[in-house]
Amino acid sequence: MCHALPVKIIALTGPDTAKVSLGGIVKEISIALIDDPKVGDYVVLHVGYALAKIDEAEAERTLALLAAEGGEALAEFSAAGEAIEAPP
Amino acid sequence: MKHLDEYRDAETAHRLAAAIHNEAADSGRRYRLMEFCGGHTHAIFRYGIEDLLPSNIEMVHGPGCPVCVLPTGRLDMAIRLAKRDGVILASYADMLRVPGSKGQSLMKARADGADIRMVYSTLDAVKLAEANPQREVIFFAIGFETTTPPTALAIETAAKKGLTNFSVFCNHVLTPSAIAAILEAPAVRELGTVEIDGFLGPAHVSVVIGSQPYEFFAEEYRKPVAISGFEPIDILQSILMLVRQLNEGRAEVENQYIRAVTRDGNVRAKQAVSRVFELRRDFEWRGLGHIPYSALRLKDEFAAFDAERRFDEPYIPSEGIKACECPAILRGAKKPTDCRLFGRACTPETPLGSCMVSSEGACAAYYTYGRMREPAQ
Ligand code: SF4
Repeated sequence: MCHALPVKIIALTGPDTAKVSLGGIVKEISIALIDDPKVGDYVVLHVGYALAKIDEAEAERTLALLAAEGGEALAEFSAAGEAIEAPP
Repeated sequence: MKHLDEYRDAETAHRLAAAIHNEAADSGRRYRLMEFCGGHTHAIFRYGIEDLLPSNIEMVHGPGCPVCVLPTGRLDMAIRLAKRDGVILASYADMLRVPGSKGQSLMKARADGADIRMVYSTLDAVKLAEANPQREVIFFAIGFETTTPPTALAIETAAKKGLTNFSVFCNHVLTPSAIAAILEAPAVRELGTVEIDGFLGPAHVSVVIGSQPYEFFAEEYRKPVAISGFEPIDILQSILMLVRQLNEGRAEVENQYIRAVTRDGNVRAKQAVSRVFELRRDFEWRGLGHIPYSALRLKDEFAAFDAERRFDEPYIPSEGIKACECPAILRGAKKPTDCRLFGRACTPETPLGSCMVSSEGACAAYYTYGRMREPAQ
């Protein structure tokens, strides 16, 4: 839950939502908490919300480190939104 | 070039470690530095940072893991809420395996037929309420200042949509109150906390609240604070900042994570929180006991979205497993290896206490990375 990931905004989809991409996976997130989001911006993503903008070099560094770590956090991102089905 | 390669990182890390040795090794004093945030605890073990430090620097693991500090009684409430007729309980995945009283957990309740859904975002919980108008959807909200703004926005969204079947079981807690509790003299006496010389401040919490709230600790308690990023180099650099401050007799708030943290933090996020939440008069923390004004509750105007007011569910304090040392570990007074269940009855596969469930918990970090270094004598 405490994982935060740097992701890149690839499209604005509504006043408060954007599509972001990470490792080829695209998700819709909320951008309601940041000022003036633009396509191409990198943001810190936490529980489905962009918390802050960060610069590209910083984002790339963190991603390289996360990839080296084996990707628990990345797996969480790709599973996001797919776990809300009713229990069997 | 966009990022430093691993070689440069390792070189920088060793250069920083050498600088720390230079400053600290012969000073004739000890440095007890608390990393507040569980994310830092995890990184410190993951990268073996303690092995790079001189023996007179001790990292004390703090209570900044929301899963770990939630008292058993609050988890029991969530389980009882989930078991009510017609309820769907939406929760972050981390909570499912946390042990409640009497061997209960959300996972077990789910196996027994309670409708419990894992969500990634608060907005998923709002969607669940929209899709199931005949059911009561309760979002089990926990976390420090990073998860609170998302909960606030979900409540406002539900209000805007006119949803009458969405509510929040609010367990949001405040970082500065927990640091104050660790520093307060009465708590030191009653709870047996350790003396801390300086703090490594959390990165993402500070992105939201800014560096300003820590100024009080620096001034009032004469404790230096260095707000730190999560990468090994960030942590080493922050430790160096703290050592220098202590050697020079300074107690200031320094911001190592200047890339994302400002003095004021994320104003939009802070505004969302203050529109929806107000301070709770009292909240019990695992390990730290009752701390006044250390948590949030929904304001009266959002009472309809407050699960605690909507469902008359009492808080019944519970101790959890007696032999579990989580409470003392969360105060920095004991190490996971002081617990006789550690690594025997209690492992990440069969967690008996919250500190073993979350990957940010000290027990899980000790177990996963097998680091047993004892503090210097
Ligand atoms: S090892 Fe398990 S039982 Fe012991 S303190 Fe840690 S979480 Fe509690």
